Amino acid sequence: MRASGENLFEPISAIVGGANTSVEAAATRNYAIGGQRPAVVAWPATADETREILRLCVKQRLAVVVAGAGTKLGMGGPPSHYDLALVSTRMNQILEHDPGDLTLSVGGGARLTDISKCLKAHHQFLPLSVPYESLATAGGTVSSGIDSPLRQGYGTVRDFLLGAEFVTGSSHRVKSGSSVVKSVAGYDLHKLLVGSLGTLGVISRLNFKTFPLPEVRRSILATFGEASAAIGFAQCIAHSPLAATSLESLNATLVDLLRRGAPRSASPLPVPQLSGRASEWQVAVGFGGSEAVFRRFRNDAEGMAREWGATDSLLLDDEATAGVWERLVEAVPLLLDSSPAATLVHAGVLPSQLSTACAAAESSAKRHQLPVALLARAVGAIYIAFLPDALNPETILRLAQAVDETAEAILAMQGHWSLPWCPEDLRKRTRLRGDERPDLGLMGKVKQVFDPENILSPGRFAGGL
Amino acid sequence: MATRNISGEAIKELAQIVGSAHLLTESLEVSLYEYDGSVETGRPDLVVFPGSKHEVAALARWSNRHRVPVVGRGAGTGLSGGALAREGGVQVVFSRMNKILEIDVENRLAVVEPGVVNLDLSRAVASAGLHYAPDPSSQKACTIGGNVAENAGGPHTLRYGVTANHVQALEIVLPDGEMVRIGGGAVDPPGYDLVGLFVGSEGTLGLVVEITVKLTPLPESVKTLLAVFETADDATETVATLTAAGVTPAACEMLDGWTIRVVESSIQAGLPTDAGALLLIEVDGMREAAEEQAQAVIDLCRKNRAREVRTAQSERERETLWKARKNAFGAVGRVAPDCYVQDGVIPRTRLPEALRRIGEIGRRHGFDVGNIFHAGDGNLHPMLCFDHRKADEFARAMAAADEIIALCIEMGGSITGEHGVGMEKDRLMPLLFSQADLALMKGVRDAFNPLGLLNPGKIFPGGKGCGEIRIPAASATEGKRGTARVDEAGGSGPSGADGALRDRQA
Repeated sequence: MRASGENLFEPISAIVGGANTSVEAAATRNYAIGGQRPAVVAWPATADETREILRLCVKQRLAVVVAGAGTKLGMGGPPSHYDLALVSTRMNQILEHDPGDLTLSVGGGARLTDISKCLKAHHQFLPLSVPYESLATAGGTVSSGIDSPLRQGYGTVRDFLLGAEFVTGSSHRVKSGSSVVKSVAGYDLHKLLVGSLGTLGVISRLNFKTFPLPEVRRSILATFGEASAAIGFAQCIAHSPLAATSLESLNATLVDLLRRGAPRSASPLPVPQLSGRASEWQVAVGFGGSEAVFRRFRNDAEGMAREWGATDSLLLDDEATAGVWERLVEAVPLLLDSSPAATLVHAGVLPSQLSTACAAAESSAKRHQLPVALLARAVGAIYIAFLPDALNPETILRLAQAVDETAEAILAMQGHWSLPWCPEDLRKRTRLRGDERPDLGLMGKVKQVFDPENILSPGRFAGGL
Repeated sequence: MATRNISGEAIKELAQIVGSAHLLTESLEVSLYEYDGSVETGRPDLVVFPGSKHEVAALARWSNRHRVPVVGRGAGTGLSGGALAREGGVQVVFSRMNKILEIDVENRLAVVEPGVVNLDLSRAVASAGLHYAPDPSSQKACTIGGNVAENAGGPHTLRYGVTANHVQALEIVLPDGEMVRIGGGAVDPPGYDLVGLFVGSEGTLGLVVEITVKLTPLPESVKTLLAVFETADDATETVATLTAAGVTPAACEMLDGWTIRVVESSIQAGLPTDAGALLLIEVDGMREAAEEQAQAVIDLCRKNRAREVRTAQSERERETLWKARKNAFGAVGRVAPDCYVQDGVIPRTRLPEALRRIGEIGRRHGFDVGNIFHAGDGNLHPMLCFDHRKADEFARAMAAADEIIALCIEMGGSITGEHGVGMEKDRLMPLLFSQADLALMKGVRDAFNPLGLLNPGKIFPGGKGCGEIRIPAASATEGKRGTARVDEAGGSGPSGADGALRDRQA
């Protein structure tokens, strides 16, 4: 039976204080997932308070969803039940920054903007440019596992997360890893937290390796008549000595959205206008380094663009580069805002199959009369957004068919797929669920160890974990 | 014939699995597998050399049925006893499973069997302009399976990352013989990062039978610099300055004066034997970027009183310098019967102080401590030379090593940067991790390895409470200058600063 807010207010407020506990609709509404609201919202300030809350949840079999800024709560399936939203935003301290060692420790609820400000003063940064960057927390970013355009140059968060402290579903406060740049002591349990959607623990501390800020940031935007040329150009750069920090191929629908901005978004982006042909693609190439190195970078990259038949090529300075990448980082919210039934498939394929995977998504979208925006990262990650102009049962049916067909095509090329964002009704209508994996059984064992009572985000993860 | 723990019937079954030509049962033959590169020993009862993953699966089922431990082994170059059969059982040596199964140049991936030698893979893909980036000093002999088990590093991991950053997928055999693929050739497999968990788990979660690794482009330009300093302080301060200035070399290795002389006498690489310390620094990447970085390195070295900064003028000269670095541990064998190589990590800002204090610790215990290490990421490798036949020397070397590790922990570092915990440092784990931390790790181990038959006696302290080890503890994730805290299980953490207790006998 679902716990009521009134029954929970007292024991939770005894732990975190009445001011940090709420059963008001205005608060619970903010943490709703798929129409389900928690009975109570709690804002613990420390790992120990978190532990006390989880102890209570274990005792009363309450289901907990962990939130940071709440910007990525839409990722994953709805919880099978939902009693308490545990919000980490009071654990927002920059705990330690050793600029000379290029290491940083922050609370799970630390905002990326605060981290960025702290690091910038020392000419450093964390390559975590993720959607909703101005609001997002470090813990939420790690839990979501979402990637960034900077992954071409810096990898994903698992590559620079050194250690973590977290509270497990059995209410133990634990840590793994270290706060120095190299350690192989014990199992790297913190790596399991990346992309776990809060199903394994509540993150109270994260230790990162930081990076020196490049002297200048520059970008080149090249336009191509078709996907294969755009993706071919991006792969050509990826295989060259040029050390690009970002390599993103965008189809015409996405470029158009970025130019105009979504209906509810702010200012439009000053990227070159395409000719209007749906087959046109643009490649955004990011660079970070010195001016002298960029001269060579530009020369080679523009030469490659010509070789691959670019119809246009535009060089962006520091300021324009910042504008372009800010908007590209925010492609996900832009896409979600641009359709009442926006459906985002995240796929991973071998780089050599990017063109084929994009073509499969486009042809499926065409077959089911759905506009589709595509963003392909040169490492093999693709965001496929089906963007119908209405949300109704008929649209859901078409979306389900398009998702299944696209997923089948990706699985056939030994790729991976997931459905991080979509209308709730759609999740029940797709034939494939994104859990077609041989290692799901092992993941279930891991979940059982971390959260034996299944109180943390039950059912939200791949395979219903 | 039956061994200590294994019946004759069971041995016959084993011979049927791998073939009698690939099974060692005689005491003399088996004793060859008693050692690895560490100072530990552990004798298996039997040694097998499987030829395929299906044989490995059958071995696991055999082990499960007969309740006999199995311990994987690559080339036996490990430095923490990770591949030693501490509790006996069957040593599974992967030297026959040494095939490169697939090289995918376009996607920069290779699929290999666990017994493939690290350097052989780089050699096999060099013509395509690629290499396998993790490069432990033992890369001419060590296997990629062993690298996966230990999450091996190497000099160039400063820029390119450790093994975990280069493994994309694994095929593993679980203790019941089930074969499972984790991760994937393509990026972003949904679900928990089991590959991240598995790499560095020291053979305690499963036996790796196939590894998909990333291949890294060979850099367009490489510049290898040798900076000569009068004192170790000047060299370590240079490293701290380089890091703080945002100069990120591909590798940054340090040799102190003692080590320079030992290495030079063995390898004749032209190292200045009157120097107090050397930094071997490599920068690479785009030609222009490498040139810029090299100039920045030269400027900062000079600013920190380098008496000379040489740039290798040819590939041959570069190879000679790296030969000096990578063969250093072998060179030490010429001056002492035994060498205990430690493996601690500290924040790079503390390098000058750390080296001074390590010198003091050595002197107090009657040793010259040689240092040759990955200075760029604060990964220390102090070398303690001793003669194991003299019990007193061994005990003093071990006591000094413990103090060095205590120093790393005090500075907010780690007890191991790349050698692993194995059986060398299991008893030190409570100094870094609380009982709750270790209980969760054990929970994961037990979920994968419920009967404890895979590499038993590793990583986790065997029955020793942390109260018995008297090294001041610091939380790995608490402040770098943090102090010991009472662990949450309610027991008091280690306290006092009067040195470590060792239960090991010479």
